[in-house]
Amino acid sequence: MPDSPTVALFVTCLVDLFRPSVGFAAVKLLEQAGCTVEAPSAQACCGQPGYNSGDRKSAQAIAKGVIAAFEGYDYVVAPSGSCGGMIAKHYPELFAGDPAWQARAEALAAKTHELISYLVDVRGMTAVESRLDAVCTYHDSCSSLREMKVKAQPRRLLQSVEGLALRELETPEVCCGFGGAFCVKYPDISNAMVADKTADIAQTGADTVLAGDLGCLMNIAGKLSRDGSAIRAWHVAEVLAGVEAPPIAQAETPGGGSGGRP
Amino acid sequence: MTELSPARFSEQAAAALKDAALQRALGNMRIGFIEKRRKAADKLPEFEALRDEGVAIKNHTLAHLDLYLEAYEKKAVEAGGQVHWARDAGEARQIVLRICRDAGARTVTKGKSMIGEEMHLNPFLEANDIEPVETDLGEYIIQLRHETPSHIIAPAIHVNKDQVADAFREHHTALPPDRPLDEGPDLLAEARTELRERFIEADVGITGANFLIAETGSSIIVTNEGNGDLTQILPRVHIVLASLEKVVPTLEDATTLMRLLARSATGQEMSVYTTVSTGPRRAGDPDGPEEYHVILLDNGRSALYGTEFQEVFRCIRCGACLNHCPVYGAIGGHAYGTVYPGPIGKVLSPALMGIDKAGKLPNASSFCGRCEEVCPMRIPLPKLMRHWREEEYDRKLNPAAVRWGLGLWAWAVRRPALYRFGARFAIAGMAFLGRRRGHLKALPMAGGWTAHRNLPAPQGGTFHDLWRKRKSTRRRTDR
Repeated sequence: MPDSPTVALFVTCLVDLFRPSVGFAAVKLLEQAGCTVEAPSAQACCGQPGYNSGDRKSAQAIAKGVIAAFEGYDYVVAPSGSCGGMIAKHYPELFAGDPAWQARAEALAAKTHELISYLVDVRGMTAVESRLDAVCTYHDSCSSLREMKVKAQPRRLLQSVEGLALRELETPEVCCGFGGAFCVKYPDISNAMVADKTADIAQTGADTVLAGDLGCLMNIAGKLSRDGSAIRAWHVAEVLAGVEAPPIAQAETPGGGSGGRP
Repeated sequence: MTELSPARFSEQAAAALKDAALQRALGNMRIGFIEKRRKAADKLPEFEALRDEGVAIKNHTLAHLDLYLEAYEKKAVEAGGQVHWARDAGEARQIVLRICRDAGARTVTKGKSMIGEEMHLNPFLEANDIEPVETDLGEYIIQLRHETPSHIIAPAIHVNKDQVADAFREHHTALPPDRPLDEGPDLLAEARTELRERFIEADVGITGANFLIAETGSSIIVTNEGNGDLTQILPRVHIVLASLEKVVPTLEDATTLMRLLARSATGQEMSVYTTVSTGPRRAGDPDGPEEYHVILLDNGRSALYGTEFQEVFRCIRCGACLNHCPVYGAIGGHAYGTVYPGPIGKVLSPALMGIDKAGKLPNASSFCGRCEEVCPMRIPLPKLMRHWREEEYDRKLNPAAVRWGLGLWAWAVRRPALYRFGARFAIAGMAFLGRRRGHLKALPMAGGWTAHRNLPAPQGGTFHDLWRKRKSTRRRTDR
């Protein structure tokens, strides 16, 4: 393994379009961990929406593009357990038995990681230099937790953030109800699930909720915002990197929420 | 009440979310089962290894299913039992009716059986002037309420105690109307007294089977109330309803699976009653039925053998996937409109009814994966739901708008440069609209999202555009 590996950042479509600050936070953390970071321009989406909608052919076509664009790097890192999990766990399944693509999919899968687990497990990061005066709770996204085995790593790094206290949810292993297309296909059920999640967040007494997947965060922050809650939501990478950005779904200007970070 | 149907899943789910009594009952359920299972699994160091062993037993049996079914039949017949093969629910109902008529049956007691539900047996028996009496407390309650089970191991989980009391007051009219029925024990004692008479007057007893044993020709049921024993021992005739995949090679195999079943289902180390039946009463037996029948129901199952769906036949019906499912926890079991609700139902129902009829169910999952995580038999439920979605897509059964949208998305995503060009405008527009509050309260074509939540506004500019700018700035400063 090279001491200064070249990492290809799989930006994810949501970060690319909605919250570039998460991408820049990831770049900053990876550089702090001694990596050279590239963001290949031939990327848009991992193909999960097609894959989970039964459109296997489209998912395969998109996956081939991702494999070709990313297989030349030492590692592929995504600030998302969901997109990372798609590449690391589902690409091999997508090409099972395909003589031309199976080996390439498996090789890419083997070097693809979720951001925080890559920093801790592969790069040996144990602390960050960052500060946030907040009582936080952490939401484990289902794919981070179950597919990418991310649970202790973000908590470990968050412990090193000055001024930050962490309070656990009562049901940290329960889905927030995002589920990609699920939340628009079954909005009422999804709403019941996210309402349970925001109630759990509120009962911890935390003023801030963090997570490692922007999909969950947009769902949770969108619900908190609709309910008029002042609880702030950030991607965990933004806090660990100390990147300045207003909380998700809140504005910088006073009256739009509790404003940007210190 | 209009009949429940998987085609009306969305409407039924919406109604369930607004049903205050149901939500009260579900709230009580959600924590209990999960905690109990977790404690039971934590207490057994070899629990994960036991799961592997269980999977291996079932995989082996399924790989040689014909062999074990024939061996089972031979042994069951040797023990004096009669084995009937039923291709579908209709055939199985006719077999039950014939046995009941031959026995001159007026009253039939029933232990809990999901195969009986698959057969829609109770209305059929009633239509043929035979009175079915459910003897499992939960099943008895929902029979009085004219409902179907909403959970595979806790059929009345959707009913609150006060609603049980109401049902008892309505049906047990010989008892004093002002009797106290506030506490669980009051309800239990009353049900026990009512059912005692019915056990004794029954001509035929019908039970399910948790396992069929190939080496002995036995059937096994596990219960917590002992109602199964009285159902199968007291009447003259005992009928066992079982599906093909219930067979396992040996008694030893069944005990391994039972250790998983009770822990996964209710957090018990073992169910209270485990009853093994091998043929009818033998000379010298103090009790037992004179006739012992087993009906083996296929009902669409054999069509799935050898396909990717075969894994679902490892299911031992513990209900852990229901207990841990956030969708089931939000809407309960009836909204699914099928015999089997929850994650297992989302995989099994399209197999039993056709994906054209049950297609909404495998789609109604956020793929959180908790069901697979707790399934003692490690059935990859999300993967199998995805396979159903693929079949639905391949057969063009999903709505045209969805297919059109997916096609457009896939076309654009495969052309990153063009995709980015289009996205730039959409993002700029949304960022502009949401700039003051940081979110949008409504957006055309995003009603599914904005009905219940605000849409976080984009920060403005895509990552890739900003990244390109940053790189060229860096290059300039480096020079």
